[in-house]
Amino acid sequence: MEIPYTVEVRPDTGLTNGKIGIWLFLASEVMLFGALFASYILIRAGAPSWPRGDTILNVPLATFNTIVLITSSITMVMAWASLMRGRFGTFRMYMGGTILLGFVFLVVKYFEYSHKLHHGLFPSTNNFLAIYFTLTGLHMLHVLGGMAVNAYFWGPGSKLWKTNPVWFTNRVENSGLFWHFVDLVWIFLFPILYLL
Amino acid sequence: MTSERAAITSDHAADIDRHVRVYIIVFVALMALTIITVAVSYLDLPPAMAITVALFVATVKGSLVACYFMHLISEKRLIYAVLVITVVKFIALMALPAFTHSNSYGIFE
Repeated sequence: MEIPYTVEVRPDTGLTNGKIGIWLFLASEVMLFGALFASYILIRAGAPSWPRGDTILNVPLATFNTIVLITSSITMVMAWASLMRGRFGTFRMYMGGTILLGFVFLVVKYFEYSHKLHHGLFPSTNNFLAIYFTLTGLHMLHVLGGMAVNAYFWGPGSKLWKTNPVWFTNRVENSGLFWHFVDLVWIFLFPILYLL
Repeated sequence: MTSERAAITSDHAADIDRHVRVYIIVFVALMALTIITVAVSYLDLPPAMAITVALFVATVKGSLVACYFMHLISEKRLIYAVLVITVVKFIALMALPAFTHSNSYGIFE
């Protein structure tokens, strides 16, 4: 059976099913991260003292990672724009760049984590590190998930371009929405954990 | 297949060129705001001021990503409806610790 409303919009919603689906998913993601942000506020407000992030964490590395994620957002949107212009080769280049930048983010995160762990700073050490590892760990899983979907559309999933380019373009737009959300979460995590 | 692809390119080509210019402007703005956030953190502002500035800049950056990269500036009503409900519930979630805080703060003093 064919999936309905992948290319043409559904008359009552004015949207493709994929578009409304990804936005409902992102709404649930807002609440998932929201619960952890609320926990952060609660733990911090209740703590007798709280360290400034930059006394424990590496701000230059996190600034670099912020720039990496923002850059990956523009390559992602350019990948979609390339498909809208009918340029599959350019799409591949930008999508490849997006995946590569996600990988760079993870490598930097690996160095950050291993540095903490080598110095005996574990999630169990204190509340600051507990919420730091929880929030950045969950975010990192999202980066991994986004990379997996993007890699699928860069590789085997791109076969759809030959048979149904509009559907493929819509799918890339939806995976882009997820990727930008991951960037958006980091935009808040960075000042909250590292700078305040 | 070819006709579908042609439809994408001819209908939206001019639109897309305009969009791409906006994306590049937004990208430059996001980079500048990132530098501002980090620079402000070195000023050693009082905590309340530092939190306000950092969250304000983050909100501006987040809005730019949502409005332009995620196309919320020109989206359908149903998506706005979903997001209004989400925002209301998110604000309620953020307000919860404030109530808890006022009830239990004394035990930490």
